[in-house]
Amino acid sequence: MRTDINKINEQTPYEDLTEGLMMFAGGTSKHFKTGEWRTDTPIFDKDKCKQCLLCAPVCPDGCIPVKDSRRSDFDYDHCKGCGICEKACPFGAIEMIPGVEPVRR
Amino acid sequence: MSVKDRMSGNEAVAYAIRQIDPDVMPAFPITPSTEIPQMVSNYIANGMMNTEFIPVESEHSSMSATIGAEAAGARSLTATSSCGLALMWEELLVAASNRMPCVLALVNRTLSGPININCDHSDSMGARDTGWIQIYAENNQEAYDNMIQAFPIAEDKRVHLPVMICQDGFITSHAVQNIELNEDSEVKEFVGEYEPEEFLLNKGNPVAFGPYAVSNYSMEAKKAQEKAMEDSKEVIISTARKYKERFGRGFELFEEYRTNDADYIMIIMGSAAGTAKQAVDDLRKKGIKAGVLKLRVFRPFPSEEIANALKNCKCVAVMDRTESYNGNGGPLSSEVRAALFEYKIYPEVVCYTYGLSGRDFTVENVYEIFDELSGVSEGNIDIKQHRYINLRTKEEA
Repeated sequence: MRTDINKINEQTPYEDLTEGLMMFAGGTSKHFKTGEWRTDTPIFDKDKCKQCLLCAPVCPDGCIPVKDSRRSDFDYDHCKGCGICEKACPFGAIEMIPGVEPVRR
Repeated sequence: MSVKDRMSGNEAVAYAIRQIDPDVMPAFPITPSTEIPQMVSNYIANGMMNTEFIPVESEHSSMSATIGAEAAGARSLTATSSCGLALMWEELLVAASNRMPCVLALVNRTLSGPININCDHSDSMGARDTGWIQIYAENNQEAYDNMIQAFPIAEDKRVHLPVMICQDGFITSHAVQNIELNEDSEVKEFVGEYEPEEFLLNKGNPVAFGPYAVSNYSMEAKKAQEKAMEDSKEVIISTARKYKERFGRGFELFEEYRTNDADYIMIIMGSAAGTAKQAVDDLRKKGIKAGVLKLRVFRPFPSEEIANALKNCKCVAVMDRTESYNGNGGPLSSEVRAALFEYKIYPEVVCYTYGLSGRDFTVENVYEIFDELSGVSEGNIDIKQHRYINLRTKEEA
């Protein structure tokens, strides 16, 4: 039975949950701001960036938005700070800094 | 019209799988698995069925692929035995909690150690709390009949749970016995087309299976799964009735053999039930009121029905073909005693462990057990509640 999962919450009795907790929607992970799990944060230096786009496909969380063949700043709502993009960048345009905030102290 | 033939239990189940013609069968193709995947892949190679066979690198993968295929919308099954089932452990629970109506053809063989390949129930009994429906067979005929009923039970909307079809290793799986086979077309009609409501390859209707659930949801999800298991009892019974009406064979939750007026009843599962029935026939000729309750369905456990079936007897022998290492008897013993206590029915109960790792279990053993039961019920002897059959001990030397 296809139900509106938006009506399911922490007060829903077991009889009204979906079978096996099936989710009747796609792409729901973007609603969960998992970026706060991060302990290190990448900083994007757009002056050093040559737009080679080696960073975007190696990001495990798809947190480097690319539009019209150009990348923009990180999606900090979902970036986990793994640092793979920093290693992939040939131009030193990505720097990892400690902490969850994308600002230098 | 049924066809008479002779087959091993493995052949019988493979034959049923050919008739069911499921969409996908992932299986690990060599030992510890059985001949079942090999026989099915022969049928496929010979163009006798349309199933997509996926040879995988382990049972962890065969169950994972079965779940994946089932979630995608394909009627899926796999087959294994013994440590192959043990390697599926994690996925068995995933299949059940994701409410996948897939099927597993299991040949019951012991788990190590000591290293041994022969029959006992330690593999499936270890998996008894994974959320699978478990149906056991006495012989090749029942394994065949149970296999054909598996998908109609699993796919019923009140159930949506995986089903394990169990038969005894070697004794049933390899011994060739007479069998009645149904017509292909009749099996096809009985099993029906699979029409899943929700599945991954359903364009325009996105769905995700098996999400992470925080504590606020997880307990409710487990209760809902438990409710489906409770509800499956009715579906198992109605499916068995339909099968019997159509093909003239089979039992519902258990078979009651000469138990009507029985003073002494032995509860047993699998191939040893045949041995027990032979002994009961012999004892009846001597005027001993013995009977056998052969359990077909272990999950869901038919507590109330078993308690009722035992309410008029004096003494019960519960036969476990596995050890629970709890100092108190095997899993069937625990379940039966709990059922009797719950429904306030109190015959004398003795729990026996027999046939571990392929140890013989004979008609003479059953005579001895019934002899002990009559001694217990008349208060002549006082025996230990938990006993091994055919065990070498200093005591009995």
